[in-house]
Amino acid sequence: MREIKAEIITSTVKNLFMEANYIIDRDVYEELKKACDTEVSPIGKSILKQIIENDEIAAKERIALCQDTGMAVVFAELGQDVRITGGDFNEAVNLGVREAYMEGFLRKSVVKDPLFERKNTNDNTPALIYVDIVPGDRLKIVAAPKGAGSENMSALRMLKPADGVEGVKNFVVDTVLKAGPNPCPPTIVGVGIGGTMEKAALLSKKALLRPAGQPNSDERYARLEKEILCEINKSGIGPGGLGGRMTSLSVHIEHFPTHIACLPVAVNICCHACRHASAIL
Amino acid sequence: MNNTDAKPIKIAAPLTDDVARSLKAGQNVLISGIIYTARDAAHRRLAELISLGQPLPVDFSGQIIYYAGPAPARPGYASGSAGPTTSYRMDPYTVPLLERGLKGMIGKGTRSKEVIEGMKKYGAVYFGAVGGAAALIARSIKKVEVVAYEDLGTEAIHRFHVEDFPAIVVIDSQGNNLYETEPPKYRKR
Repeated sequence: MREIKAEIITSTVKNLFMEANYIIDRDVYEELKKACDTEVSPIGKSILKQIIENDEIAAKERIALCQDTGMAVVFAELGQDVRITGGDFNEAVNLGVREAYMEGFLRKSVVKDPLFERKNTNDNTPALIYVDIVPGDRLKIVAAPKGAGSENMSALRMLKPADGVEGVKNFVVDTVLKAGPNPCPPTIVGVGIGGTMEKAALLSKKALLRPAGQPNSDERYARLEKEILCEINKSGIGPGGLGGRMTSLSVHIEHFPTHIACLPVAVNICCHACRHASAIL
Repeated sequence: MNNTDAKPIKIAAPLTDDVARSLKAGQNVLISGIIYTARDAAHRRLAELISLGQPLPVDFSGQIIYYAGPAPARPGYASGSAGPTTSYRMDPYTVPLLERGLKGMIGKGTRSKEVIEGMKKYGAVYFGAVGGAAALIARSIKKVEVVAYEDLGTEAIHRFHVEDFPAIVVIDSQGNNLYETEPPKYRKR
């Protein structure tokens, strides 16, 4: 049994959310540069240039690269031989989020009640915490701040098994096309296929954690990712939705076994500010 | 309409009726002067006041509203990162503001048919700013004051003093709309 102090979890979460919000993922930055080189639309190219310049300013000056510093999504892999001491795990994570957003000049974007008074919690908590128990004595924490512009354009559908590959492809492409300029293209498209309704949704968000441009390890899914990306980029939506070839940078599919009667598909769109940071304790 | 490569033109905010009506979709602009932020919660409050027939905290006649909720500013900075938020959420509240003289809106993403009709009727213009270019855009914001609804935090109405704020005319007062006209040029099916 290995001990990890709650206060270490707090300080780690705090650092991760600040880093994620200041410094764009290296892989996303590289994909943006590639997109800027290949984009044929003059407006599209100019928008990509501004995005790249923006990301460079934010990293250098340690300021939020997007004002929407998101809801704080946390994926943790907790080794079963870890014992957390000196506090409650969820509280430790939420305290880290609170400190990051209060001290790191990050925007507080969470309202306490979604429907009635919609009053800001003023510290960006609560975080959305997903914990997997895994073998070993380590704790991996991934911080994934998620903005609402692209979250609002996400969708889920319970397809029929008979809808098959074409059905999945059409649903994903339609979702991105319908979103048009709203989710801040060029986007990263996370797709979850299988499981149950909530499992598909979670898979689609986890799919966004994969480095941009890295294909699925299963060749069939890798091919499907490529085909969907190609269809999306034929749309002409382009950077900022103002025309061009670079509507999405990358499509990531994650899949899971499902019921004999089901084919759930979730699409979680992420703007070009696809932000993550991780640490292993 | 196809002068999308053209050098940006400098415009002053608030906007005169003539300037608002003369701007054409596709023009790059650099805005200097005063603009006001308002997003979801502030719009909801403004709509409530309008439905009660009460005066608004800001006279929007000739003004530009920027759909944005800034991040807090680091010491030494006039503004925190402040890019545009998605505009369609403000659509249900927009026409009554156009009726009261609102001449410009800055945001990102599509607008409803009702809003575009309202813009044509009242001679208003919709500018797009680059979504996610928040740190870059903040450099053009020289001074920030909260003028109403301070309790809303980032969603309060802020007065921004801007210099050369970069934007593009996406929908002009004739209803020409870059989101409609540009993507088909690059469509491949």
